[in-house]
Amino acid sequence: MSLLEITDLTVLFGQKLVVDGVSFALGQGERLGMIGESGSGKSLTALAAIGLLPEEASVTGSVKLDGHELLGESDRALAKIRGERIAMVFQEPLTALNPLMRIGKQLAEPLRLHRGLSSKAARAMAIELANRVGLPDPDRIVRAYPHQLSGGQRQRVGIAIALACEPLVLIADEPTTALDVTVQAEILALLRDLVDQQGASLLFITHDLAVLASVVSRLVVLAEGKLVEETDIAALGHGEHDPHTSALVRAARAAAFPELGGTDA
Amino acid sequence: MTALKALLRRPTGVFGVAVVVGLVVFSLVSLVWTPFDPTATNPDQGWLLPFSGGHLLGTDRLGHDQFSQLLAGAREALLTAVLAMVIAAVVGIALALAATVTPRWIGATVVQLIDILIAFPVLLLAMILAAVYGGSTTTAVVAIGIGFGVNVARVARGEINAVRGTDYVLAAQACGANTGRIIRKHLLPNIAPTLIVQLSLTMALAVLAEAALTYLGYGTNPNTPSWGGMLAEQQAYLSARPLLVIWPGLAVVLTVLGLNLLGDALRVATDPRLRDAR
Repeated sequence: MSLLEITDLTVLFGQKLVVDGVSFALGQGERLGMIGESGSGKSLTALAAIGLLPEEASVTGSVKLDGHELLGESDRALAKIRGERIAMVFQEPLTALNPLMRIGKQLAEPLRLHRGLSSKAARAMAIELANRVGLPDPDRIVRAYPHQLSGGQRQRVGIAIALACEPLVLIADEPTTALDVTVQAEILALLRDLVDQQGASLLFITHDLAVLASVVSRLVVLAEGKLVEETDIAALGHGEHDPHTSALVRAARAAAFPELGGTDA
Repeated sequence: MTALKALLRRPTGVFGVAVVVGLVVFSLVSLVWTPFDPTATNPDQGWLLPFSGGHLLGTDRLGHDQFSQLLAGAREALLTAVLAMVIAAVVGIALALAATVTPRWIGATVVQLIDILIAFPVLLLAMILAAVYGGSTTTAVVAIGIGFGVNVARVARGEINAVRGTDYVLAAQACGANTGRIIRKHLLPNIAPTLIVQLSLTMALAVLAEAALTYLGYGTNPNTPSWGGMLAEQQAYLSARPLLVIWPGLAVVLTVLGLNLLGDALRVATDPRLRDAR
Protein backbone atom coordinates (compact mmCIF):
# COMPACT_ATOMS: atom_id res chain seq x y z
CA MET A 1 0.00 0.00 0.00
CA SER A 2 1.23 3.49 -0.70
CA LEU A 3 2.24 5.71 2.17
CA LEU A 4 0.94 9.04 0.89
CA GLU A 5 -2.08 8.81 -1.35
CA ILE A 6 -3.54 11.96 -2.87
CA THR A 7 -6.82 11.48 -4.71
CA ASP A 8 -8.69 14.05 -6.77
CA LEU A 9 -7.22 16.95 -4.77
CA THR A 10 -8.83 20.26 -5.68
CA VAL A 11 -7.94 23.66 -4.19
CA LEU A 12 -9.99 26.77 -4.76
CA PHE A 13 -9.16 30.34 -3.78
CA GLY A 14 -12.53 32.05 -4.04
CA GLN A 15 -13.60 31.26 -7.59
CA LYS A 16 -10.08 30.54 -8.77
CA LEU A 17 -9.18 26.90 -9.33
CA VAL A 18 -5.48 26.49 -8.49
CA VAL A 19 -5.20 22.72 -8.06
CA ASP A 20 -7.56 20.73 -10.26
CA GLY A 21 -8.21 17.08 -9.47
CA VAL A 22 -4.61 15.99 -8.80
CA SER A 23 -4.11 12.31 -7.91
CA PHE A 24 -0.88 10.43 -7.25
CA ALA A 25 0.62 8.05 -4.74
CA LEU A 26 3.96 7.84 -2.98
CA GLY A 27 5.14 4.38 -1.95
CA GLN A 28 7.13 3.35 1.11
CA GLY A 29 10.75 4.46 0.72
CA GLU A 30 10.02 5.87 -2.72
CA ARG A 31 11.43 9.14 -4.08
CA LEU A 32 8.94 10.91 -6.31
CA GLY A 33 9.53 14.13 -8.19
CA MET A 34 6.92 16.77 -8.83
CA ILE A 35 7.76 19.23 -11.54
CA GLY A 36 6.03 22.15 -13.17
CA GLU A 37 6.40 25.85 -13.94
CA SER A 38 5.79 28.40 -11.20
CA GLY A 39 2.06 28.76 -10.70
CA SER A 40 1.37 25.19 -11.76
CA GLY A 41 0.11 24.32 -8.28
CA LYS A 42 3.08 22.28 -7.03
CA SER A 43 3.63 24.13 -3.77
CA LEU A 44 -0.09 24.33 -3.04
CA THR A 45 -0.39 20.57 -3.54
CA ALA A 46 2.44 20.13 -1.05
CA LEU A 47 0.90 22.50 1.48
CA ALA A 48 -2.45 20.71 1.11
CA ALA A 49 -0.72 17.40 1.81
CA ILE A 50 0.59 18.73 5.13
CA GLY A 51 -2.60 20.65 5.92
CA LEU A 52 -1.06 24.12 5.85
CA LEU A 53 -3.02 25.88 3.12
CA PRO A 54 -4.15 29.40 4.04
CA GLU A 55 -7.51 29.73 5.78
CA GLU A 56 -9.21 31.16 2.69
CA ALA A 57 -8.48 28.12 0.51
CA SER A 58 -11.22 25.52 0.11
CA VAL A 59 -9.93 22.00 -0.39
CA THR A 60 -11.73 18.87 -1.60
CA GLY A 61 -10.55 15.38 -2.40
CA SER A 62 -8.51 13.12 -0.21
CA VAL A 63 -5.03 13.09 1.33
CA LYS A 64 -4.25 9.82 3.05
CA LEU A 65 -1.09 9.33 5.10
CA ASP A 66 -0.49 5.69 5.92
CA GLY A 67 -4.20 4.99 5.38
CA HIS A 68 -5.30 7.86 7.62
CA GLU A 69 -7.34 10.71 6.07
CA LEU A 70 -5.78 14.13 6.75
CA LEU A 71 -8.25 16.44 5.00
CA GLY A 72 -10.81 17.74 7.47
CA GLU A 73 -8.69 16.76 10.48
CA SER A 74 -8.64 19.23 13.38
CA ASP A 75 -5.65 21.55 13.77
CA ARG A 76 -4.78 19.82 17.01
CA ALA A 77 -4.66 16.39 15.37
CA LEU A 78 -2.66 17.74 12.43
CA ALA A 79 -0.13 19.42 14.74
CA LYS A 80 0.59 15.98 16.26
CA ILE A 81 1.22 14.48 12.81
CA ARG A 82 3.27 17.34 11.33
CA GLY A 83 6.96 17.03 12.06
CA GLU A 84 6.39 13.57 13.50
CA ARG A 85 5.04 11.56 10.53
CA ILE A 86 5.16 14.06 7.67
CA ALA A 87 7.60 16.96 7.45
CA MET A 88 8.69 19.62 5.01
CA VAL A 89 11.84 21.39 3.82
CA PHE A 90 11.25 24.87 2.43
CA GLN A 91 12.62 26.77 -0.53
CA GLU A 92 14.12 29.79 1.18
CA PRO A 93 16.62 28.83 3.88
CA LEU A 94 17.11 32.55 4.53
CA THR A 95 13.56 33.06 5.74
CA ALA A 96 12.54 29.60 6.99
CA LEU A 97 14.42 30.00 10.29
CA ASN A 98 13.32 32.29 13.12
CA PRO A 99 15.94 35.10 13.10
CA LEU A 100 15.76 35.61 16.88
CA MET A 101 16.11 31.99 17.93
CA ARG A 102 19.44 30.20 18.31
CA ILE A 103 20.05 27.35 15.84
CA GLY A 104 20.19 24.72 18.58
CA LYS A 105 16.74 25.60 19.87
CA GLN A 106 15.28 25.42 16.38
CA LEU A 107 16.98 22.10 15.64
CA ALA A 108 15.55 20.47 18.74
CA GLU A 109 12.08 22.04 18.43
CA PRO A 110 10.33 19.02 16.78
CA LEU A 111 11.85 16.67 19.33
CA ARG A 112 10.66 18.86 22.20
CA LEU A 113 7.21 19.06 20.63
CA HIS A 114 6.74 15.39 19.83
CA ARG A 115 9.04 13.53 22.18
CA GLY A 116 8.77 15.82 25.20
CA LEU A 117 12.54 16.16 25.51
CA SER A 118 13.91 18.13 28.46
CA SER A 119 15.88 21.25 27.56
CA LYS A 120 19.13 19.54 28.53
CA ALA A 121 18.43 16.48 26.38
CA ALA A 122 17.31 18.80 23.60
CA ARG A 123 20.65 20.60 23.66
CA ALA A 124 22.53 17.33 23.30
CA MET A 125 20.21 16.23 20.47
CA ALA A 126 20.69 19.56 18.69
CA ILE A 127 24.44 18.94 18.52
CA GLU A 128 23.82 15.38 17.35
CA LEU A 129 21.45 16.64 14.62
CA ALA A 130 23.91 19.32 13.51
CA ASN A 131 26.50 16.55 13.20
CA ARG A 132 24.16 14.34 11.22
CA VAL A 133 23.66 16.97 8.49
CA GLY A 134 27.38 17.73 8.34
CA LEU A 135 27.38 21.19 9.87
CA PRO A 136 30.92 22.25 10.82
CA ASP A 137 31.75 22.81 14.48
CA PRO A 138 28.32 21.76 15.87
CA ASP A 139 29.07 22.94 19.42
CA ARG A 140 29.52 26.47 18.15
CA ILE A 141 26.80 26.40 15.52
CA VAL A 142 23.99 25.45 17.92
CA ARG A 143 24.66 28.71 19.78
CA ALA A 144 24.66 30.82 16.60
CA TYR A 145 21.79 32.81 15.13
CA PRO A 146 20.54 32.11 11.59
CA HIS A 147 22.10 35.26 10.10
CA GLN A 148 25.54 34.01 11.12
CA LEU A 149 25.21 30.95 8.84
CA SER A 150 25.59 30.64 5.08
CA GLY A 151 22.64 29.71 2.85
CA GLY A 152 23.83 26.13 2.47
CA GLN A 153 24.35 25.76 6.22
CA ARG A 154 20.89 27.12 6.87
CA GLN A 155 19.35 24.64 4.46
CA ARG A 156 21.20 21.86 6.27
CA VAL A 157 19.56 23.10 9.45
CA GLY A 158 16.17 23.04 7.68
CA ILE A 159 16.75 19.44 6.61
CA ALA A 160 17.87 18.43 10.09
CA ILE A 161 14.71 19.97 11.60
CA ALA A 162 12.46 18.23 9.08
CA LEU A 163 14.11 14.84 9.63
CA ALA A 164 14.59 15.17 13.42
CA CYS A 165 11.64 12.93 14.29
CA GLU A 166 12.33 10.50 11.44
CA PRO A 167 9.05 11.15 9.60
CA LEU A 168 7.49 8.65 7.17
CA VAL A 169 7.19 11.27 4.43
CA LEU A 170 9.41 14.23 3.67
CA ILE A 171 8.22 16.93 1.31
CA ALA A 172 11.03 19.06 -0.12
CA ASP A 173 9.68 22.18 -1.84
CA GLU A 174 12.44 23.46 -4.16
CA PRO A 175 15.05 23.00 -1.41
CA THR A 176 17.99 23.99 -3.62
CA THR A 177 16.50 26.70 -5.83
CA ALA A 178 17.83 29.51 -3.64
CA LEU A 179 21.35 28.07 -3.36
CA ASP A 180 24.56 28.33 -5.37
CA VAL A 181 25.05 25.57 -7.93
CA THR A 182 28.00 24.07 -6.05
CA VAL A 183 26.08 24.02 -2.79
CA GLN A 184 23.04 22.57 -4.58
CA ALA A 185 24.83 19.31 -5.34
CA GLU A 186 25.94 18.89 -1.72
CA ILE A 187 22.45 19.54 -0.37
CA LEU A 188 20.89 17.11 -2.87
CA ALA A 189 23.36 14.40 -1.89
CA LEU A 190 22.69 15.00 1.79
CA LEU A 191 18.94 14.85 1.29
CA ARG A 192 19.22 11.62 -0.71
CA ASP A 193 21.49 9.95 1.84
CA LEU A 194 19.45 10.90 4.89
CA VAL A 195 16.12 9.92 3.33
CA ASP A 196 17.58 6.53 2.37
CA GLN A 197 19.16 6.04 5.81
CA GLN A 198 15.89 6.70 7.57
CA GLY A 199 13.79 4.78 5.06
CA ALA A 200 11.56 7.80 4.54
CA SER A 201 9.58 8.54 1.38
CA LEU A 202 10.44 11.76 -0.43
CA LEU A 203 8.24 14.06 -2.47
CA PHE A 204 10.67 16.37 -4.24
CA ILE A 205 9.24 19.48 -5.83
CA THR A 206 11.15 21.55 -8.37
CA HIS A 207 10.90 23.36 -11.67
CA ASP A 208 14.35 22.19 -12.70
CA LEU A 209 14.51 18.82 -14.44
CA ALA A 210 18.30 18.63 -14.12
CA VAL A 211 18.05 18.80 -10.33
CA LEU A 212 15.26 16.25 -10.27
CA ALA A 213 17.15 13.69 -12.34
CA SER A 214 19.80 13.29 -9.64
CA VAL A 215 17.30 12.58 -6.91
CA VAL A 216 14.27 10.66 -8.20
CA SER A 217 13.48 7.97 -10.73
CA ARG A 218 9.80 8.70 -11.22
CA LEU A 219 8.04 12.04 -11.58
CA VAL A 220 4.66 13.69 -12.02
CA VAL A 221 4.27 16.79 -14.17
CA LEU A 222 1.88 19.57 -13.16
CA ALA A 223 0.62 22.36 -15.41
CA GLU A 224 -2.09 24.90 -14.69
CA GLY A 225 -3.18 22.99 -11.61
CA LYS A 226 -3.62 19.67 -13.41
CA LEU A 227 -1.47 16.56 -13.34
CA VAL A 228 -0.61 16.16 -17.01
CA GLU A 229 1.78 13.24 -16.95
CA GLU A 230 3.33 10.59 -14.72
CA THR A 231 6.49 9.02 -16.07
CA ASP A 232 9.88 7.47 -15.32
CA ILE A 233 12.91 9.73 -15.68
CA ALA A 234 14.46 7.16 -18.00
CA ALA A 235 11.53 7.41 -20.39
CA LEU A 236 11.83 11.18 -20.79
CA GLY A 237 14.33 11.16 -23.66
CA HIS A 238 12.13 9.24 -26.09
CA GLY A 239 8.50 8.34 -26.85
CA GLU A 240 5.35 10.43 -26.77
CA HIS A 241 5.03 13.02 -24.02
CA ASP A 242 2.69 15.75 -22.94
CA PRO A 243 3.70 19.10 -24.52
CA HIS A 244 4.44 20.53 -21.04
CA THR A 245 6.82 17.67 -20.31
CA SER A 246 8.57 18.08 -23.66
CA ALA A 247 8.99 21.78 -22.97
CA LEU A 248 10.66 21.00 -19.63
CA VAL A 249 13.00 18.50 -21.29
CA ARG A 250 13.94 21.08 -23.95
CA ALA A 251 14.56 23.70 -21.29
CA ALA A 252 16.82 21.34 -19.33
CA ARG A 253 18.78 20.47 -22.50
CA ALA A 254 19.13 24.13 -23.40
CA ALA A 255 20.52 24.87 -19.95
CA ALA A 256 22.99 21.96 -20.09
CA PHE A 257 24.03 22.41 -23.74
CA PRO A 258 23.34 26.01 -24.74
CA GLU A 259 25.07 25.43 -28.08
CA LEU A 260 22.18 23.15 -29.10
CA GLY A 261 19.76 26.01 -28.65
CA GLY A 262 17.22 23.78 -26.98
CA THR A 263 16.26 21.88 -30.14
CA ASP A 264 15.46 18.17 -30.02
CA ALA A 265 18.90 17.05 -31.16
CA MET B 1 27.50 39.92 22.66
CA THR B 2 24.74 40.21 25.21
CA ALA B 3 21.83 42.60 24.85
CA LEU B 4 22.95 44.63 27.89
CA LYS B 5 26.47 45.14 26.52
CA ALA B 6 25.03 46.20 23.18
CA LEU B 7 22.71 48.61 24.95
CA LEU B 8 25.49 50.29 26.93
CA ARG B 9 27.71 50.62 23.87
CA ARG B 10 25.36 53.20 22.39
CA PRO B 11 25.35 56.79 23.72
CA THR B 12 21.56 56.89 23.39
CA GLY B 13 21.32 53.68 25.40
CA VAL B 14 23.59 55.05 28.11
CA PHE B 15 21.56 58.26 28.30
CA GLY B 16 18.27 56.33 28.44
CA VAL B 17 19.52 54.00 31.13
CA ALA B 18 20.88 56.99 33.10
CA VAL B 19 17.50 58.73 32.97
CA VAL B 20 15.63 55.64 34.12
CA VAL B 21 18.16 54.93 36.87
CA GLY B 22 17.98 58.59 37.92
CA LEU B 23 14.19 58.46 38.03
CA VAL B 24 14.25 55.32 40.16
CA VAL B 25 16.93 56.69 42.52
CA PHE B 26 15.12 60.03 42.96
CA SER B 27 11.87 58.19 43.66
CA LEU B 28 13.43 55.88 46.22
CA VAL B 29 15.36 58.68 47.92
CA SER B 30 12.21 60.81 48.11
CA LEU B 31 10.49 58.02 50.03
CA VAL B 32 12.94 58.25 52.91
CA TRP B 33 14.44 61.72 52.62
CA THR B 34 13.76 65.11 51.08
CA PRO B 35 15.51 68.33 52.20
CA PHE B 36 12.14 69.75 53.29
CA ASP B 37 8.64 68.28 53.56
CA PRO B 38 7.50 68.68 49.94
CA THR B 39 3.90 69.37 50.96
CA ALA B 40 4.59 71.73 53.88
CA THR B 41 3.46 75.31 53.18
CA ASN B 42 5.27 78.20 54.75
CA PRO B 43 4.16 81.57 53.28
CA ASP B 44 6.88 83.40 55.28
CA GLN B 45 9.43 81.54 53.19
CA GLY B 46 7.67 82.15 49.85
CA TRP B 47 9.32 83.25 46.58
CA LEU B 48 12.82 82.39 47.78
CA LEU B 49 15.48 82.35 45.09
CA PRO B 50 17.66 79.29 44.48
CA PHE B 51 20.39 78.69 47.08
CA SER B 52 18.70 80.84 49.69
CA GLY B 53 17.57 79.66 53.09
CA GLY B 54 18.84 76.16 52.32
CA HIS B 55 16.42 75.82 49.40
CA LEU B 56 18.48 74.45 46.52
CA LEU B 57 15.97 75.47 43.84
CA GLY B 58 14.13 78.08 45.87
CA THR B 59 10.48 78.08 46.93
CA ASP B 60 7.14 78.99 45.34
CA ARG B 61 4.40 81.38 46.52
CA LEU B 62 3.38 79.08 49.38
CA GLY B 63 6.94 78.31 50.44
CA HIS B 64 7.04 74.77 48.99
CA ASP B 65 10.64 73.66 48.60
CA GLN B 66 10.99 73.15 44.85
CA PHE B 67 13.79 70.59 45.01
CA SER B 68 11.81 68.43 47.45
CA GLN B 69 8.74 68.68 45.24
CA LEU B 70 10.80 67.73 42.20
CA LEU B 71 12.15 64.64 44.00
CA ALA B 72 8.72 63.58 45.20
CA GLY B 73 7.26 64.29 41.76
CA ALA B 74 9.66 61.75 40.24
CA ARG B 75 7.76 59.10 42.21
CA GLU B 76 4.51 60.09 40.55
CA ALA B 77 6.10 60.21 37.10
CA LEU B 78 7.74 56.80 37.47
CA LEU B 79 4.55 55.22 38.80
CA THR B 80 2.54 56.69 35.96
CA ALA B 81 5.05 55.63 33.32
CA VAL B 82 5.41 52.05 34.51
CA LEU B 83 1.74 51.36 35.30
CA ALA B 84 0.45 52.99 32.12
CA MET B 85 3.01 51.02 30.10
CA VAL B 86 1.98 47.73 31.73
CA ILE B 87 -1.72 48.43 31.09
CA ALA B 88 -0.98 49.52 27.51
CA ALA B 89 1.10 46.38 26.92
CA VAL B 90 -1.61 44.05 28.23
CA VAL B 91 -4.42 45.85 26.39
CA GLY B 92 -2.36 46.22 23.21
CA ILE B 93 -1.08 42.65 22.96
CA ALA B 94 -4.44 41.14 23.94
CA LEU B 95 -6.33 43.19 21.34
CA ALA B 96 -3.68 42.54 18.67
CA LEU B 97 -3.82 38.78 19.24
CA ALA B 98 -7.61 38.83 19.32
CA ALA B 99 -7.54 40.61 15.97
CA THR B 100 -5.11 38.20 14.31
CA VAL B 101 -4.99 34.60 15.53
CA THR B 102 -8.72 34.17 16.16
CA PRO B 103 -11.35 33.08 13.59
CA ARG B 104 -11.88 35.73 10.98
CA TRP B 105 -15.23 37.15 12.15
CA ILE B 106 -13.90 37.77 15.67
CA GLY B 107 -10.75 39.33 14.26
CA ALA B 108 -12.70 41.67 11.99
CA THR B 109 -14.87 42.81 14.91
CA VAL B 110 -11.82 43.49 17.07
CA VAL B 111 -10.16 45.46 14.28
CA GLN B 112 -13.22 47.69 14.05
CA LEU B 113 -13.24 48.12 17.82
CA ILE B 114 -9.58 49.19 17.68
CA ASP B 115 -10.33 51.69 14.92
CA ILE B 116 -13.19 53.22 16.91
CA LEU B 117 -11.13 53.47 20.10
CA ILE B 118 -8.19 55.02 18.24
CA ALA B 119 -10.42 57.85 17.04
CA PHE B 120 -11.02 58.71 20.70
CA PRO B 121 -8.46 61.19 22.13
CA VAL B 122 -6.59 59.83 25.14
CA LEU B 123 -6.94 63.04 27.15
CA LEU B 124 -10.69 63.16 26.49
CA LEU B 125 -11.03 59.56 27.66
CA ALA B 126 -9.08 60.45 30.80
CA MET B 127 -11.30 63.49 31.47
CA ILE B 128 -14.48 61.42 31.04
CA LEU B 129 -13.17 58.77 33.41
CA ALA B 130 -12.14 61.52 35.84
CA ALA B 131 -15.63 63.04 35.62
CA VAL B 132 -17.21 59.67 36.41
CA TYR B 133 -14.78 58.25 38.99
CA GLY B 134 -13.18 61.45 40.28
CA GLY B 135 -9.76 62.73 39.25
CA SER B 136 -6.85 60.78 40.67
CA THR B 137 -3.53 59.32 39.59
CA THR B 138 -5.23 55.92 39.25
CA THR B 139 -7.95 57.13 36.88
CA ALA B 140 -5.40 59.04 34.86
CA VAL B 141 -3.08 56.02 34.62
CA VAL B 142 -5.88 53.64 33.64
CA ALA B 143 -7.19 56.03 31.00
CA ILE B 144 -3.70 56.69 29.62
CA GLY B 145 -2.91 52.95 29.63
CA ILE B 146 -6.07 52.00 27.75
CA GLY B 147 -5.87 54.97 25.40
CA PHE B 148 -2.28 54.29 24.34
CA GLY B 149 -2.84 50.52 24.54
CA VAL B 150 -5.15 50.81 21.54
CA ASN B 151 -2.38 52.47 19.56
CA VAL B 152 -0.01 49.70 20.60
CA ALA B 153 -2.66 47.19 19.46
CA ARG B 154 -2.83 48.65 15.98
CA VAL B 155 0.93 48.59 15.50
CA ALA B 156 1.23 45.12 17.04
CA ARG B 157 -1.57 43.80 14.84
CA GLY B 158 0.24 44.86 11.68
CA GLU B 159 3.49 43.36 12.94
CA ILE B 160 1.85 40.08 13.96
CA ASN B 161 0.25 39.77 10.55
CA ALA B 162 3.61 40.33 8.89
CA VAL B 163 5.32 37.71 11.08
CA ARG B 164 2.45 35.26 10.61
CA GLY B 165 3.06 35.34 6.88
CA THR B 166 6.76 34.46 7.17
CA ASP B 167 8.29 31.16 6.14
CA TYR B 168 9.59 30.45 9.63
CA VAL B 169 6.10 30.47 11.08
CA LEU B 170 4.98 28.15 8.29
CA ALA B 171 8.03 25.98 8.97
CA ALA B 172 7.23 25.90 12.69
CA GLN B 173 3.69 24.80 11.89
CA ALA B 174 5.08 22.18 9.54
CA CYS B 175 7.04 20.68 12.41
CA GLY B 176 4.02 20.51 14.64
CA ALA B 177 3.90 23.71 16.71
CA ASN B 178 0.37 24.67 17.80
CA THR B 179 -1.00 28.22 17.89
CA GLY B 180 -0.01 28.84 21.52
CA ARG B 181 3.57 27.86 20.86
CA ILE B 182 3.71 29.89 17.64
CA ILE B 183 2.57 32.94 19.63
CA ARG B 184 5.09 32.44 22.42
CA LYS B 185 8.13 31.35 20.42
CA HIS B 186 7.72 33.19 17.14
CA LEU B 187 5.11 35.96 17.09
CA LEU B 188 5.84 37.72 20.40
CA PRO B 189 9.67 37.57 20.25
CA ASN B 190 9.68 38.85 16.67
CA ILE B 191 7.34 41.76 17.32
CA ALA B 192 9.19 42.58 20.58
CA PRO B 193 11.61 45.11 19.01
CA THR B 194 8.72 47.15 17.60
CA LEU B 195 6.72 46.66 20.77
CA ILE B 196 9.61 47.92 22.92
CA VAL B 197 9.81 51.13 20.92
CA GLN B 198 6.04 51.57 21.11
CA LEU B 199 5.93 50.90 24.84
CA SER B 200 8.83 53.19 25.68
CA LEU B 201 7.09 55.88 23.66
CA THR B 202 3.94 55.08 25.65
CA MET B 203 5.87 55.58 28.91
CA ALA B 204 7.12 58.95 27.69
CA LEU B 205 3.67 60.00 26.49
CA ALA B 206 2.15 58.80 29.77
CA VAL B 207 4.46 61.07 31.77
CA LEU B 208 3.49 63.92 29.47
CA ALA B 209 -0.24 63.10 29.57
CA GLU B 210 -0.24 62.75 33.34
CA ALA B 211 1.44 66.13 33.68
CA ALA B 212 -1.12 67.61 31.28
CA LEU B 213 -4.07 66.06 33.12
CA THR B 214 -2.77 67.24 36.47
CA TYR B 215 -2.20 70.67 34.98
CA LEU B 216 -5.83 70.63 33.80
CA GLY B 217 -6.99 69.48 37.22
CA TYR B 218 -8.07 65.96 36.21
CA GLY B 219 -5.05 64.03 37.37
CA THR B 220 -3.06 63.77 40.54
CA ASN B 221 -4.49 65.42 43.64
CA PRO B 222 -2.95 68.93 44.05
CA ASN B 223 -1.74 67.96 47.54
CA THR B 224 0.42 65.19 46.09
CA PRO B 225 3.61 66.63 44.64
CA SER B 226 3.85 66.03 40.88
CA TRP B 227 5.59 67.72 37.97
CA GLY B 228 2.28 68.49 36.27
CA GLY B 229 0.94 69.95 39.49
CA MET B 230 4.04 72.13 39.86
CA LEU B 231 3.60 73.44 36.33
CA ALA B 232 -0.09 74.16 36.95
CA GLU B 233 0.77 76.01 40.16
CA GLN B 234 3.66 78.00 38.69
CA GLN B 235 2.28 79.01 35.29
CA ALA B 236 0.33 81.96 36.71
CA TYR B 237 3.64 83.56 37.77
CA LEU B 238 5.54 82.66 34.63
CA SER B 239 6.64 86.24 33.87
CA ALA B 240 7.64 87.03 37.45
CA ARG B 241 9.37 83.75 38.37
CA PRO B 242 10.25 81.94 35.12
CA LEU B 243 12.75 79.65 36.87
CA LEU B 244 9.98 77.90 38.79
CA VAL B 245 8.45 76.34 35.66
CA ILE B 246 11.88 75.52 34.22
CA TRP B 247 12.63 72.78 36.78
CA PRO B 248 9.49 70.63 36.43
CA GLY B 249 9.46 71.35 32.68
CA LEU B 250 13.05 70.21 32.35
CA ALA B 251 12.30 67.10 34.39
CA VAL B 252 9.43 66.15 32.06
CA VAL B 253 11.46 66.84 28.92
CA LEU B 254 14.51 64.88 30.13
CA THR B 255 12.37 61.93 31.19
CA VAL B 256 10.46 61.82 27.92
CA LEU B 257 13.66 62.15 25.88
CA GLY B 258 15.45 59.52 27.97
CA LEU B 259 12.62 56.99 27.65
CA ASN B 260 12.41 57.51 23.89
CA LEU B 261 16.14 57.06 23.38
CA LEU B 262 16.14 54.03 25.67
CA GLY B 263 13.39 52.43 23.60
CA ASP B 264 15.28 53.01 20.39
CA ALA B 265 18.53 51.64 21.82
CA LEU B 266 16.67 48.62 23.25
CA ARG B 267 15.23 47.81 19.85
CA VAL B 268 18.72 47.53 18.40
CA ALA B 269 20.15 45.75 21.43
CA THR B 270 17.47 43.02 21.52
CA ASP B 271 17.78 42.09 17.85
CA PRO B 272 20.78 39.82 17.25
CA ARG B 273 20.92 40.87 13.57
CA LEU B 274 21.14 44.57 14.40
CA ARG B 275 23.44 44.33 17.40
CA ASP B 276 26.15 42.50 15.44
CA ALA B 277 26.19 45.28 12.88
CA ARG B 278 28.48 48.10 13.84
